[in-house]
Amino acid sequence: MIYTDLMIIGGGPAGLSAAKTASDYGINSILVEKDRKLGGQLVKQTHRFFGSKKEKAGIRGFAIARNIESEIRKSENSEIWTDSTVLGLYEDGVVTVLRNGRMQKIKPKKIIAATGAFERYLAFENNDLPGVFGAGAVQTLMNVFGVLPGKKVLMVGSGNIGLIVSYQLIQAGAKVVQLVEAAPEIGGYLVHASKIARLGVPILTSATLKGVYGNDKVEKAVIHRVDERFNPIDGTEEEIEVDTVCLAVGLTPLNELIRMAGCTMVYSGELGGYVPLRDEFMQTSINGLYCCGDASGIEEATAAMLSGSIASLHACFSIFPSIPDYQEKMQRLQSSLTELRAGPFGEKIRKGLSKAVVIKNA
Amino acid sequence: MGEISVRIENHPVLEFKRGEKITFFFNGTPVECFEGETIAAALYAANILDLSSSRRFHRPRGLFCAIGNCSSCLMEVDGVVNVKTCVTPARHGMHVCVQEGKGDLL
Amino acid sequence: MLKKNGVACKEEYMEKLPSDIRKERGPFAMIECFQRIPCDPCFYSCPIKAIKPMSDINDIPRVDFDKCNGCASCVVKCPGLAIFVVDLSKPSGKAILKMAYELLPVPAVGDEVIALSREGKELCKAKVVEVRDGKINDKTYLLGIELDREYIYEARAVRVVDSDGK
Repeated sequence: MIYTDLMIIGGGPAGLSAAKTASDYGINSILVEKDRKLGGQLVKQTHRFFGSKKEKAGIRGFAIARNIESEIRKSENSEIWTDSTVLGLYEDGVVTVLRNGRMQKIKPKKIIAATGAFERYLAFENNDLPGVFGAGAVQTLMNVFGVLPGKKVLMVGSGNIGLIVSYQLIQAGAKVVQLVEAAPEIGGYLVHASKIARLGVPILTSATLKGVYGNDKVEKAVIHRVDERFNPIDGTEEEIEVDTVCLAVGLTPLNELIRMAGCTMVYSGELGGYVPLRDEFMQTSINGLYCCGDASGIEEATAAMLSGSIASLHACFSIFPSIPDYQEKMQRLQSSLTELRAGPFGEKIRKGLSKAVVIKNA
Repeated sequence: MGEISVRIENHPVLEFKRGEKITFFFNGTPVECFEGETIAAALYAANILDLSSSRRFHRPRGLFCAIGNCSSCLMEVDGVVNVKTCVTPARHGMHVCVQEGKGDLL
Repeated sequence: MLKKNGVACKEEYMEKLPSDIRKERGPFAMIECFQRIPCDPCFYSCPIKAIKPMSDINDIPRVDFDKCNGCASCVVKCPGLAIFVVDLSKPSGKAILKMAYELLPVPAVGDEVIALSREGKELCKAKVVEVRDGKINDKTYLLGIELDREYIYEARAVRVVDSDGK
């Protein structure tokens, strides 16, 4: 059995920020990541981040991940395990990890689950044809391996992911022939939409994908219009010649591990599905178990970094109450997060959080 | 099949540091790629899109999530079945085959 | 219609302009940001604080046109690539438009490019008059083009004509 102060599950923006905060205070931590590299979805983000300059705005996503990682690696108290998959989170607080072909058992004092999210799927005819990808796969191929996913792409979804990946496709040399969005309005930031519109990407709302066709791979797609209740409108089919379809239709929190541990979960459509009930420090119904980032509710990277720092700061403080300036630091993190969520885009998040956050009495 | 294609040479923001050129085998045919690429990414770059097939109707399946979540890319690698080729790095001399059905682990 | 296709209409973008007198006096920044989103790098990017302070990071940025000198520092820092510098002070019937550029190929000064509208439609030919290397700005180039004055409020992107004439 390996003993440690803090175990962080997941090396994306939330997990990285949690590990960084722990390293600031010399708390012994182990960050476990199933992939070969740290960074989660940040490594694929070539665009400059929004948010506040204080929280890394203006810096490209992949650089943010690299910077935080190098800071963590300077600390003697921070261990990083990559190529290591957490297999189970047991009710007695033991975590099992598959590492180097062997199962390890760890008993941390505190655990932060930052396991991220997975992509949603869409039902349409021949949706299993090669050439149909999730947006994450398109980004992985293009931005991690430098392999062009296709030459003529249909993008489904106008949330920030759909809009951003469309721009990245153009940067990589592909043509986005059409973007369709089932809702009547564009879901993501309008500046992202304007960026691709002026590069010739036609955006069509109240429209969705009916099916894709081809021998063994995508050769063409058929889109059609939908009404306000998302019902297809007969006679509005339109055929488009594409070789790739990219689905950017939303994310769902990945939280099997914390459910295994027995956390109380609550359903919130606004936050993407089942999320853990938590307090304002991201602690779940299980004492010592925290959940942050997209695993606690779909939002975006800046919120993930802030919630990771909040969870970690609280976890460190409960291990070592002598942390200097704790109140001030926590206050600053919380107000940054509140400010981030204060605008119209934060409305949905605030509504979802009202179901998921329980403020504990001091 | 086997030639290196559709790799992005120049990108406005990213720099791709490719490793050494290596060769592995797909159903016996040599495929060239760069060290560091996953098997699935290397096959995709070589225009090999069908990685497996569906159980009942044998419909072609290819890369979908590219991150180890969906199981569309499971193939037999060096005799071991059900390998997630989208997160497994290609190695020189590796033998990758399309597996039939669920594969036999024992 | 902005919310349906990402294309701002005349009423929307004309609100981002200064007075007629100011327009003719020299270059100025035009921030085509129409939506409250949590974002503030533009404010920090201006070396002379010509972007008004925000009380809340969701505020839509506004330019102080008395201070703004059109240096374009903000153009390459905006994460949404939503800022343009407009220069109507040239006497020749031409105007200069400066924008952020993050694509390949990167044109050279003197090259002819095709100016595109907010909908990506070809508007007119334009000549590249400035290329500020992206290296200083983490790969975001600043591109300055000279085009006929009548297109200055419509042209918002370029198509680089490569050696094959495409």
